[in-house]
Parts: sequence; C-alpha cells; structure tokens
Amino acid sequence: MSTTALFLTLIFVLIPLVLSKTLGLQLEKDTIIATIRSTVQLVAVGFVLKFVFDSESYLFIFLMVVLMIGAAVQNARKKGEGIKGITWKLIVTFVLLEVLTQSILLGFKIVPATAQYIISLTGMVIGNSMVLAILFLNRFVAEVEAHRPESELILSLGGTPKQAIHKQLIRSIQASMIPTIESQKTIGLVQLPGMMSGQIIAGADPLEAVQFQILVIFLLLTTAALTSVCLGLLSYPTLFNERMQMLQRQEHSK
Amino acid sequence: MKTVEKVKWMESEQNKFLYKPAIHFHNVSFEVGDTKILDAITGSFPTNQITVLVGPSGAGKTTLLKMCNGLLSPTTGEITVQGQTIHEMSPIDLRRKAGMVLQNSPMIAGSVYDNLALPLRLQGKTLSKEKALDILDQVGLEGEYLERDSQYLSGGQQQKVSIARTLLNQSKILLMDEITSALDPSSLNEVEDLIRKLHEEHAITVIWITHNLEQARRMGQYAWIMVDGKLVDAGEISVLDDSDIPSVHRFLKGDFA
Repeated sequence: MSTTALFLTLIFVLIPLVLSKTLGLQLEKDTIIATIRSTVQLVAVGFVLKFVFDSESYLFIFLMVVLMIGAAVQNARKKGEGIKGITWKLIVTFVLLEVLTQSILLGFKIVPATAQYIISLTGMVIGNSMVLAILFLNRFVAEVEAHRPESELILSLGGTPKQAIHKQLIRSIQASMIPTIESQKTIGLVQLPGMMSGQIIAGADPLEAVQFQILVIFLLLTTAALTSVCLGLLSYPTLFNERMQMLQRQEHSK
Repeated sequence: MKTVEKVKWMESEQNKFLYKPAIHFHNVSFEVGDTKILDAITGSFPTNQITVLVGPSGAGKTTLLKMCNGLLSPTTGEITVQGQTIHEMSPIDLRRKAGMVLQNSPMIAGSVYDNLALPLRLQGKTLSKEKALDILDQVGLEGEYLERDSQYLSGGQQQKVSIARTLLNQSKILLMDEITSALDPSSLNEVEDLIRKLHEEHAITVIWITHNLEQARRMGQYAWIMVDGKLVDAGEISVLDDSDIPSVHRFLKGDFA
C-alpha cells in the first residue's frame, strides 16, 4: 500500500466525524482519540514485531508474550473487581492457556517454533481469552447477585458453597462460550475471519490461508472452554468464607 | 422483672428442665461496618416451645435468625445450639439441625418433587416417591401436586412446600421468618395449623418471626421482643401484654411503625 493510499484511508475516519458533528452524537473526541491510539499502537507494534522477528531471540519472544498477557490481565480485571484476587486468577488462567496451547502446537510440530508463529498465535489465543474472560466475569458477577436467594437457600439446607453456586457457574460458562461456538458455525459464510482475509490480501494462497484458519478456530474452542472453566473454578471459592457463608459484594472484593 | 433477671430465672436450677434452651445467645453482637445490627443479645429459645420473635422492622430479627442457621456469624459473643457452640459445629450439621424457612423462600426451577428432593440431593441421596407423598400429606398438600411446576403454585402452597423441604432434613429446630405475611387469611390459618401440628407431633422447637401480634399471641408460647438490635424483653407469651418496659409499650402501640 502506498503512503498516499494510507493517508486516503483517513476518509473512513472523516465520515463518522462528519456524521457525529451533524447529528450531535458528541463522539468526535472519542473518535479522534481512538484513531490516534490505534495508529500509534499499531505502528509501534509493527516496529517491535519487526525487531523481534529479525532478532529470532527466544528472550524477546518470551518478553512479547509476557507483555501480551500483562495487557490482557489489565483489561479484564476491571470486570472482575467484585472478586478477590482476580488479577492472579487471570494471570494463572492466561499462563495455563498459553503453556498448554503452545506445548501442543510446538510439541507436535503443528507449527514451526519461530517468532512469527508463536507471537501471532499467542496474540489470537490471549486476545480471545481476554474477551472470553470479560464476558464470563460480567455474567458471573451478575448471575451471583441475581440468584443470591437460591444460593442462600441451598446453603441454609446444608449444601456446600460449590452446590450453592453450581448453576450460576454453569450458566456463566455456557454464556461466555456460546458466542465462540455460534460464530464458528457461520464462519466463511457470513464473514471471512480477519486473519484469513489478511493473508489473502497479502497474497497467500486462499487454501493455505484456510488451513491456518482451521487451526485457529480449533485453538479458539480450547481457549473458550479453558478460560471460562479455569476462571470459574478459581473464582467461586472467594465468594464464601470458611464458615460456608456467602459474602456480601463489598466483602468478597476486599 | 428485668430481662437479665428473667434470663437468670430461666436458667436457674428449678427451671432448667422446663426451659432447657434449644438455642442460647451469650452477649451476641453483630456489626456491619460501623452499624451495630445486634447489640449484646443474651437469652434463650426454649426447647420444644414455639417462640415468637417480634419487634419493629430493622430490629435485627432476621439477622438473629440467620445466625441460628449459620448463614451469618456474630461479630462478638457466642451462640450454642442444643448445648454445642456453633463455631465448633460444622456449618452443614448446624444447618441441617436448625432448618430455616424464609419470607419468600425461593422455589428452585422444576417440579414440587424436585424441590422436596433438594435437601437429600445435596447429600447425594434420592428421595423416594413414598416419602415425598408422605411429607406432602403432612403439610396438607395432595399427592397430585408432586409433579406440578413449583413456579405455578400459590403463595400458600409454596410456603407449605418450603416447610416440607426444610423438614426433610429432619431438623429439630425450625426457624421461620415472616412465612405468612404474604398469605391470604385461609392459607394463613392452614400454615398456622400445620406448624402447630408439626410442633406437637414431632416435638419441634419453633422460632417464628412475625409482624402480626395477633398471630404471635395465637401461636407463641414464649416471646422475644427486640427493638433497635437489643433484646428488650422476653418471657412467657403474656409478656406481650404485661411487659413493664417502655420501649415494648411503644412498640405494641405501633409507635415504631
């Protein structure tokens, strides 16, 4: 893409700005901030990736993975403020997921152990896991509050905390996994996945692009299942104390 | 007689048998942040009696009841249930021993049978159909209700199911929070009869929070009157009429409403 062409893409920023101004949507400021941030972040990451790919150093690959996990934790933890120690729970979930998926990918030599593959696939796995974590935490916190009377009923009848929260946990795990499963049912029909489109535009053979996309969608199924199950199992005990009492919201966030 | 003197009298040698406490509170307080919900409560709920717990809204009655079932723990003080300190008991044992029925006890999604089977299911056991029919009969519901969807029962029927559900834990103490406040007069009478029958036939100790003073006089053998987190008076049910404590008078006259 030529520099002129790149600048011409700003037309796509001008259209929402003009609409926002004309209709009084008051989104001009946010649009401009989003434009600047995304441009700067992408250009920066482009340089960083070029440097890491050229260096072929495992240390830099490792640091890149750490950075991605750190950013994902930072983003997702805001949704789980009601849950004690959510930062560590997210770190454990993301690290577990990264170690498991990369062990399978590299261990079985499904992909070569180079920076291009490790970092790109990590980006997709952790990125999706982060969105899943946010969906799960949103739903879980809401389910717990909405069904507090049922949970207290089960406790009052001599049930364990796990029994008291079981339905809410299952519903939240399902709710966070369903979008991944549903979107995979229509993949290729309604939308072409970003990664595949990118590869095709960059000149790759569509069939080769499809092979990688298949790998990615399978990977994302594992991501979805593992993220919500792991986060769910780590989170529910913090909603109770050692006397099997359900804590109030302000208490379990302390 | 002052409350403290009454408690001493109840616990004295000659009355120990008569008033053997099912649940005893010793200097129990409960605080949330800086708010004192319960303030130095000392007193007993006698075994095999129906104790009514009355007082204005916000007096701490529900908090007190939840403590008897172990859903809350005192900030300070000690509670004993059938002679055993509750923090030495496993929460699960305590909750089975002292069963609770709430104002709007939720029904779990499913049939009446699913609801009745819940306490046993929590222990990994199944409830036989015969047992389920038997308990339905005890609470005055016909067998045909067993397969009904619990969400479509009337308020009175739901309360009966939730009482039956609690009884399936073989609880010897029944803690009830305003269980008839949302019921029509005929359902109210049925629930009262049911509690009277269960109390007499199974020697169950009942602790009953009610805002209905007529109901308290009808059902109670013993009464606790709470105001502002304090136990202001306690004794035989006649205490509701002959208490000499000013705040009790104000409560009975409706000044707190």
